[in-house]
Amino acid sequence: MRFVDEYRDAAAARPWIEAIRALVTRPWAIMEVCGGQTHSIVRFGIDELLPPEIRLIHGPGCPVCVTPVELVDKAVAIASRPDVIFCSFGDMLRVPGSGSDLLEVKSRGGDVRIVYSPLDALKVAQDNPLRKVVFFAVGFETTAPANAMAVAEARRRGLSNFSVLVSHVLVPPALEAVLSSPQRQVDGLLAAGHVCAIMGTGEYEPIAKRHRVPIVVTAFEPLDLLQGIHMVIRQLEEGRHEVENQYDRLVRPEGNLPARELVREVFRVKDRAWRGIGVIPMSGLGLREAYAAFDAERVFDVEGVGGPESPHCRSGLVLQGIIRPRECPAFGTLCTPDNPLGATMVSNEGACAAYYRYRRHATD
Amino acid sequence: MDFQLNCPVPLRHDTIQMAHGGGGRMMRDLLEAVMLPAFRSEALDARHDAAVLSVDGCRLAFTTDTYVVRPRFFPGGNIGELAVYGTVNDLAMAGARPLYLSVGMVLEEGYAIEELRRVVASMKAAADRCGVSIVTGDTKVVDRGKGDGLYLNTAGIGAVPRGLQVGPAQVRPGDAVLVSGDVGRHGVAVMSVREGIAFGTPVESDCGPLHGLVRALLDGGVAPTCLRDATRGGLAAVLNEIATDGRVGVEVLEADIPVIPGVEGACEMLGLDPLYVACEGRMVAFVPGDAAARALEILRATPGGEGAARIGTVTEKGPGTVILRTRLGTRRILDLLSGEQLPRIC
Repeated sequence: MRFVDEYRDAAAARPWIEAIRALVTRPWAIMEVCGGQTHSIVRFGIDELLPPEIRLIHGPGCPVCVTPVELVDKAVAIASRPDVIFCSFGDMLRVPGSGSDLLEVKSRGGDVRIVYSPLDALKVAQDNPLRKVVFFAVGFETTAPANAMAVAEARRRGLSNFSVLVSHVLVPPALEAVLSSPQRQVDGLLAAGHVCAIMGTGEYEPIAKRHRVPIVVTAFEPLDLLQGIHMVIRQLEEGRHEVENQYDRLVRPEGNLPARELVREVFRVKDRAWRGIGVIPMSGLGLREAYAAFDAERVFDVEGVGGPESPHCRSGLVLQGIIRPRECPAFGTLCTPDNPLGATMVSNEGACAAYYRYRRHATD
Repeated sequence: MDFQLNCPVPLRHDTIQMAHGGGGRMMRDLLEAVMLPAFRSEALDARHDAAVLSVDGCRLAFTTDTYVVRPRFFPGGNIGELAVYGTVNDLAMAGARPLYLSVGMVLEEGYAIEELRRVVASMKAAADRCGVSIVTGDTKVVDRGKGDGLYLNTAGIGAVPRGLQVGPAQVRPGDAVLVSGDVGRHGVAVMSVREGIAFGTPVESDCGPLHGLVRALLDGGVAPTCLRDATRGGLAAVLNEIATDGRVGVEVLEADIPVIPGVEGACEMLGLDPLYVACEGRMVAFVPGDAAARALEILRATPGGEGAARIGTVTEKGPGTVILRTRLGTRRILDLLSGEQLPRIC
């Protein structure tokens, strides 16, 4: 496939692997921030191609995984109402709340629909004026502009039956949290390319400086990842800690300015709980007061809804790179994709799901 | 008959979920927990697409399938063709020559008779193409709102050539794994209409009959050890089923699995894996290693098999496990899906 096959070509990958081998003189731990990068790494076995000195650590960048259990419970409560059409991206449907998930709500008769864009949900609202249509606005900076657009558009069209359940999180504060942790194991970072395509690279400069950590904005294909790893290792070996951009075919330093403006117009930055990690200050987005009428949490009054997480789930430690999926005692026993305790096992991009799906047994 | 109604596999859900019909692990668990213990029989235990039964010295293949596809008309086919080809294909996968079909229809009150005519005409044309006769049927009408327009069930009978044994139990290490063409088309074609997504390249369903390919192999002197059409759960589900039921390992090469750019692009965009996307006119054939080249030659020379490819080999290692050798040369598990494939956020 044009523009994809080129980045998965074994012959083109080989020189990068050799170049990485030639650079490394001591052990280094690199965190790939994004769950999409984690899945690419495990799906293509990129970690197996690297010299043993390099350890890849999976980061907190899976929006499905970090959506707090309380918000999933609120989604379940809202979707269970007979007057509601609940729209969501597909991968949130199987994420367990404390008691149920959205697929179970659907099987019990709830009107839960998969959409591919928040604007599709807007159309559902327009087509069903007598029902209340709620969109589960999940994601990092990547999906925030489209979600902001849906809300702004709903106001412009005067749609009073549309609202969003907002679960937006921001990457830089999470990186701050990971790098400030006394248990920090990370020497360098592969930043998430799509996030930077929207937000640019400016916010990463002070983080790289403060924590003396190289940050390389990296895309998702095998060749991108190998090149990004090479750039991080080169900085580490040379004692540098700068922000570099591997994904320059898409990422500009200033990001996508109209998208950023739209996000600023509709959302404000606020404190936010991350599933398994806890509250990270100023790490999430919520609707501004001017858009409060589109806030599903206010429309449906779900204050106080939300149960506890499984005490056996250690996905928070996995998300922070403190343990690997297989080091969790519940991995593959109490916790499987059929019976997930936490979202890292159920999400398409979760680290535990990647290990269960691709590495459950030794493959040799 | 000794009925066993105890449940050997604990099920996570106490109600049916969509994924129980998705061809993945949940469907397998449901069969093992509910259906198989209750209905146990030698033919059912063979775990094949069609049951092979001996009747007065003749071996008959017998199968049934129900079709609930939405939309009923999709690029490259419709529910009627699907219902004929699907059952013909299940018979063919037992090595049988398809002979007779039955058709059961569940019609919803208010369904347009004009559309029913079109569906029925397609069924007749498909049956003629396969050389089978539709010999019996049943019609039920359900209240409006309770039937989604039209559901079809077809059952079929075919004759199995003397001495031919095709099924998971026959598969041996060293067997070659072939596919009859590119995978994932049907699922993407249906999704593009159902979800209203326009992909760069329009993708048509591969919906079509497989009995001609099987006949060509047998006439050409190649006796497959196992055949399976890659429907729900796609290629990955078939390989896993055969590995588990045949107690063998399977290793496939990602780079050798044919996928057309339109399917690859659509899957890339939605975060789906084409190896798990349904086909309706593709079979996976396990043939003895020394017959692989001949089998490929025959398939490629037969209509519907032009895109046939060898994608892997049966191994002794890791019975029940399918290993995928990636394009980068690394190895990983190609597992059964846990639920349905769900499109991702970003």
